[in-house]
Amino acid sequence: MKSHGLFSKTMLALGFVFLYVPILSMVFFSFNNSRLVTVWDPANSPTLKWYGRLFSDDAILSAAWLSIQVAAMTATGAVILGTLAGLVLSRFGPFKGRALLQGLTTAPLVMPEVITGLSMLLLFVSLEQLMQFMFGWQFDRGVATITIAHITFTMAYVTVVVQSRLASFDDSLEEAALDLGARPARVFFRITVPLILPAILSGWLLAFTLSWDDLVVTQFVSGPGSNTLPMVIFSRVRLGVSPVVNALATIMVLIVALGVILSAFLMRRQEQRRKREEQMAASG
Amino acid sequence: MFRYGPPRWTEYVLRNWSGQRLVIAIPYLWLVLFFLIPFLIVLKISFAEFSPLGRPPYEPVFQWLDEGALQIKLLVGSYVYLFNEPLYVSAWIYSVKVAFFSTIFCLALGYPMAYAISRAPPTQRNIFLMLIILPFWTSFLLRVYAWIGLLKTDGVINNVLQFLGVIDEPLAMMNTSFAVYIGIVYSYLPFMILPLYSNLEKHDLTLLEAAQDLGAGPVKSFMRITLPLSMPGVVAGSLLVFIPAVGEYVIPSLLGRTDQLMVAKLLSDEFFLNRDWPKASAVAIAMLLLLVVPIMIFQYFQNKELQAQKK
Repeated sequence: MKSHGLFSKTMLALGFVFLYVPILSMVFFSFNNSRLVTVWDPANSPTLKWYGRLFSDDAILSAAWLSIQVAAMTATGAVILGTLAGLVLSRFGPFKGRALLQGLTTAPLVMPEVITGLSMLLLFVSLEQLMQFMFGWQFDRGVATITIAHITFTMAYVTVVVQSRLASFDDSLEEAALDLGARPARVFFRITVPLILPAILSGWLLAFTLSWDDLVVTQFVSGPGSNTLPMVIFSRVRLGVSPVVNALATIMVLIVALGVILSAFLMRRQEQRRKREEQMAASG
Repeated sequence: MFRYGPPRWTEYVLRNWSGQRLVIAIPYLWLVLFFLIPFLIVLKISFAEFSPLGRPPYEPVFQWLDEGALQIKLLVGSYVYLFNEPLYVSAWIYSVKVAFFSTIFCLALGYPMAYAISRAPPTQRNIFLMLIILPFWTSFLLRVYAWIGLLKTDGVINNVLQFLGVIDEPLAMMNTSFAVYIGIVYSYLPFMILPLYSNLEKHDLTLLEAAQDLGAGPVKSFMRITLPLSMPGVVAGSLLVFIPAVGEYVIPSLLGRTDQLMVAKLLSDEFFLNRDWPKASAVAIAMLLLLVVPIMIFQYFQNKELQAQKK
């Protein structure tokens, strides 16, 4: 045990260095005063000027706002559809086409992004032509098409999260409520939803992050004038390393770290409260 | 006969469609409309003729001729091209090679990491896991971008190495296969570690004690007990790295060689630059065919996992 314990601990330390050096270097160089982006000039003092540039950069700010809107709509839509799909797959008995639904919900998880993007774009182009031909109605690609595409590939993740949560708890509570005469819809909102709420919330956050971060599918389905944040970053980055992007990255890392710390804190408090209640129940 | 009220079909739907069917129908319709049909359109267009206007070629696949014969028109030209054009063939080989070796490197680094976390005290375990997941929640694109700053000729790594006197001339690391491997291993490492961890954490450690009592050394008990038991985790993690790595677009675009394309870049170039929709679609279908076996294995393991949770 001891010898490969030491080896694996060393690898763990090296792995963490590997994972965090790139992130920390972005944070470090976002305060760099030198004209050369990746060289730290000891003669210059650290600066916040790139943060100032970032907050006066209209292209980045409006793209970030668009990304937030798309991600929020995506996460909400994906949670509704994904929860329904998860519920159907784990609670409803056999029905016609169940295997197809199972396949369709897991396929987007493993489908390469370029294929999802291409197929969504071909669908939207076909729909555009169909609408034009039938109703003379011209619709443009933009926020709506990006959101639809994002919902489609993120709802698969929500389905998996909800399904595994539903699988791991006892369905006798739902049965009891049905026996007591509650209608299925009431059972769903009063029993099932509260029980799977953690899964729904983490599914929402997961869908939000995936949508917020997506570049490839978005590039295919966005129209002129609808640039999300990853699209703007991608085009900037191709031109070279930019300290403004470093500043943006630092802010995003900070937000995520705060979120993770906050959720860890809340989870621990919940855990402690649960333990206390269990003790009280046992002693009383 | 003329009737007032709603048309018959709504009545039929209301009577025969219970709430349960409606619940099934909502996600079903969405996935059929926005996932299945688009895929069928790609399949159809991959057999169509190239039109330089960049519009979808809408010639019907099936056509009834006057003599009452059914004509099926499938142009396989795009597919034939895939196998005959050296640029395409080398892109395929390169993509599979990069994905394969990236998976091996992820496994070599990720297995010991997952092992160390699973054998750490429970309080430390959660902190380690959070440290693994945290990079995943920060932007993927920005993490790949970070490597440009590190790998450039005047980047951090070259500066440090030159300062330490290890090298005289800066190393050319950007726009090489090395940079692509670094980017993929870096981005997909959590996908390898997490399934491995959840497998290793469930192992019954008394088995190892028994092996030790019976005289097996640490290496032998690892090879005979831990490794075979962790195979489902190894397979799941490897597929989670291999499948997306074959179709990776962002990493080779930002860090990779300019003279050697990967398949995803080929697809997007065919579509956006050459406006050759049939060829782009044929590349997509061929990519899926290549991934069908690994995807099926992945789904098999995932279903087994869900079944196990139910018990």
